[in-house]
Amino acid sequence: MSEPTTERPASGVAAPPSPRGFAGLGEMRHLGLLVALALLVVVGLVTRPENFATASNLVSILALAATIGVITVGATFVIIGGGIDLSVGAIMALASVWATTLATQSFGPVVMAVCAILVGTGAGLVNGLLIAYGRLVPFIATLAMLVAARGLAQRMSDRKTQLIQPENAALVDLSTTRVLGIPLMVYIFALVVVLGWIVLNRTTFGRRTYAVGGNPEAARLAGIDVRRHTMLLYALSGLCCGIAAILIMARTTTGSSTHGDLYELDAIAAVIIGGTLLTGGRGTIVGSILGLLIFTLITNLFILNGLNTSDQLIAKGLIIVVAVLLQRRNLKERAP
Amino acid sequence: MLVMKGIVKQFPGVRALDGVDLDVRAGEVHCLLGQNGAGKSTLIKVLAGAHQPDEGTIQFDGRTVRPSSPIDAIRLGFATIYQELDLVDGLSVAENIFLGHEHARLGFVNRAAARRAATEVLRRLGHPEIRPSAEVGRLSPAAKQVVSMARALSHEAKLIIMDEPSAALAHDEVANLFRIIRELTAQGVAVVYISHRLEEIREIGDRVTVLKDGRTVAVGLSARDTPTGEIVSLMTGRNVEYVFPPRAGRSPGEEVLAVENLSSPGVFSGVSFSVRAGEIVGLAGLVGSGRSEILEAVYGARPFSGRVSLAGRPVGRGLTGRGVVGTVRRGMGLAPEERKAQALLLDQSVTANITLGTLPGFARFGWIDRKRELTEARRLSEMLDIRPPDPERPIRTLSGGNQQKAVLARWLLGGRKLLLLDEPTRGVDVGARAELYALIRDLAERGIGVLLVSSEVPEVLGLADRVLVLREGAVIHEGEAAELDEHRVLDMIMNGRAA
Repeated sequence: MSEPTTERPASGVAAPPSPRGFAGLGEMRHLGLLVALALLVVVGLVTRPENFATASNLVSILALAATIGVITVGATFVIIGGGIDLSVGAIMALASVWATTLATQSFGPVVMAVCAILVGTGAGLVNGLLIAYGRLVPFIATLAMLVAARGLAQRMSDRKTQLIQPENAALVDLSTTRVLGIPLMVYIFALVVVLGWIVLNRTTFGRRTYAVGGNPEAARLAGIDVRRHTMLLYALSGLCCGIAAILIMARTTTGSSTHGDLYELDAIAAVIIGGTLLTGGRGTIVGSILGLLIFTLITNLFILNGLNTSDQLIAKGLIIVVAVLLQRRNLKERAP
Repeated sequence: MLVMKGIVKQFPGVRALDGVDLDVRAGEVHCLLGQNGAGKSTLIKVLAGAHQPDEGTIQFDGRTVRPSSPIDAIRLGFATIYQELDLVDGLSVAENIFLGHEHARLGFVNRAAARRAATEVLRRLGHPEIRPSAEVGRLSPAAKQVVSMARALSHEAKLIIMDEPSAALAHDEVANLFRIIRELTAQGVAVVYISHRLEEIREIGDRVTVLKDGRTVAVGLSARDTPTGEIVSLMTGRNVEYVFPPRAGRSPGEEVLAVENLSSPGVFSGVSFSVRAGEIVGLAGLVGSGRSEILEAVYGARPFSGRVSLAGRPVGRGLTGRGVVGTVRRGMGLAPEERKAQALLLDQSVTANITLGTLPGFARFGWIDRKRELTEARRLSEMLDIRPPDPERPIRTLSGGNQQKAVLARWLLGGRKLLLLDEPTRGVDVGARAELYALIRDLAERGIGVLLVSSEVPEVLGLADRVLVLREGAVIHEGEAAELDEHRVLDMIMNGRAA
């Protein structure tokens, strides 16, 4: 690789845009995502003019996106930090089951929500401890958690779907109560996104996440406690799974060991489409959410048009490949 | 057999080779000497096909050749044994030896044939005890060296280039290495041998070529009879001027760092020294003399035995990142050897790189005060004259010298007591060097203690107040920089004589 030099023409070559900031929405790589999103909307309007642009359809898209969306925020942190979390779907299922056991339900909806969050964070913390201090490869540690958490969820629920009791219906209100026509759970999703953005872009925690993922050795030699930070990243991911568990309980009125099957793949795909490098050190929350919306919109379009779910999976696979190929080209152009 | 003429290799900002001539005869051991940065590594890479020269010709057995890739070079009969061995740890000895030219049929490896051939090559090298089926990752460094050599032999190489082959070897293993080299040359194979140890060159070498600043300054010297003084003068008489700022003559203050009996098995042992406030202490020594490792141990980034105290209080044993977390908090800073790999976040802005080590100081309850951060980064950019003067720029767009200034800027924050600088001017052009020297001196003037490691002896002598000469993990000389000269230090480093 050639050594970059300062002898670039000062005029004409503007400094590359800062990778962060709310202006990030308008940034080049997000532009591509926005164009893709717009195209999908046009497709929707053309193919199903009568029911794509209806309020109920748009709300259902957002409600669908909310659960995975919260998980995606956590996954973005982990992946920018140089790791991977395969256990998100399983942790969410475990949290939903634990929060809907009869014992937990007897304490009321608030305790159920707290329980989901604690279980999610706790499982994430176990991931983090194994990876940061037990020196397990993230892929392996979280794969083990995936299998084990699902197993534990099955055991706790006896493989039965656990209904939320009528006296705890307040939890279900999250999906049924609407403010300005939008369910509460979508607001929770939005809140998580905004908080995630703030933590990633405005706090020492976020800055260190980029540092630990981008160059762990440099981070270590700069005096950052890389292990502790890595552990916290997985705990954060677990916390997001706990919140997602609350949302899925609200949407389905159940807790079940089958919730969130393959969510890990959707979340990772959204993060990748959003331009976050799997090697870490680079990426944005905004990109991940746009990636997720693209995915959700595709699902919606296929359902509206009555198409096969298998074709839907094929389309998603193609989109991942195309998105990554396009980003690679962008990277090359940006390289000095 | 091999004649290289007028080889030029230009890298952006550096003319690594500026007209090198080399002439190697069949069956000889031709030694290549030169200081770090003289162009030895680049020259080897040209022969190995890793770099293509911009000018000049290479003739081999009377034919003009141009090795355009490593495979091409191997086909020509050139084999290179690098300093860092390039073996695949997870594969067996036999698999490594025949990597890339397996005994295979229709894609299926004939393992028995490979094992037989490997046994044969290893026996020829005098190491029948290395099992062809052993996993390379479990072998000793010396055994790995043998496997590397076996690989070169398996290619039927006519020219073997060895880059500091003895660096990882113990004394009796060096003797065995020499026996193998003699056998090879007796069969007409030519060996290009690179080493900093003059006594080895005297023992094994036939002729010597000396490189300096990318040029050949002497060819065909007798390896046995040329006086050491002559060789050292050839290596040091330089064109590149080092511009060092004058010493202030201020007497240093309190002791900031005390190191007592620092040891790490197999790397360094019994190292004791101290650094006082406002003093620059230099460590001179070859790669592998333990100089960088000592810095890492002091910084808490490497386990050690012995005692390290910062401003009178002992520093914890560094088994984990915790060690560094503690030393940074207490006022140490390290500018590591590999700037890109160990210091920089290349995707991030200059600002984010500067404030990385002292981030909590810019934050309240974890919330970064970005305005103050940027103001500080701008102030330091101006003070250190980092160009272009835009702290929001991604650091990867800066030149090496400016990146290094940003690394130093990182440690101007938060009241450092001690700075550890490992090769602070590596990959930095001449103009920026002078600026970095002035900056380092200026830091010391402000009362910071500086511990400096450099493989360029003049740099250590010109910058440091006091110098420790290291050889094979031990301090062999300690004294005022003013009382030493490059000649004497090189002599000590290469011959191991504490003059």
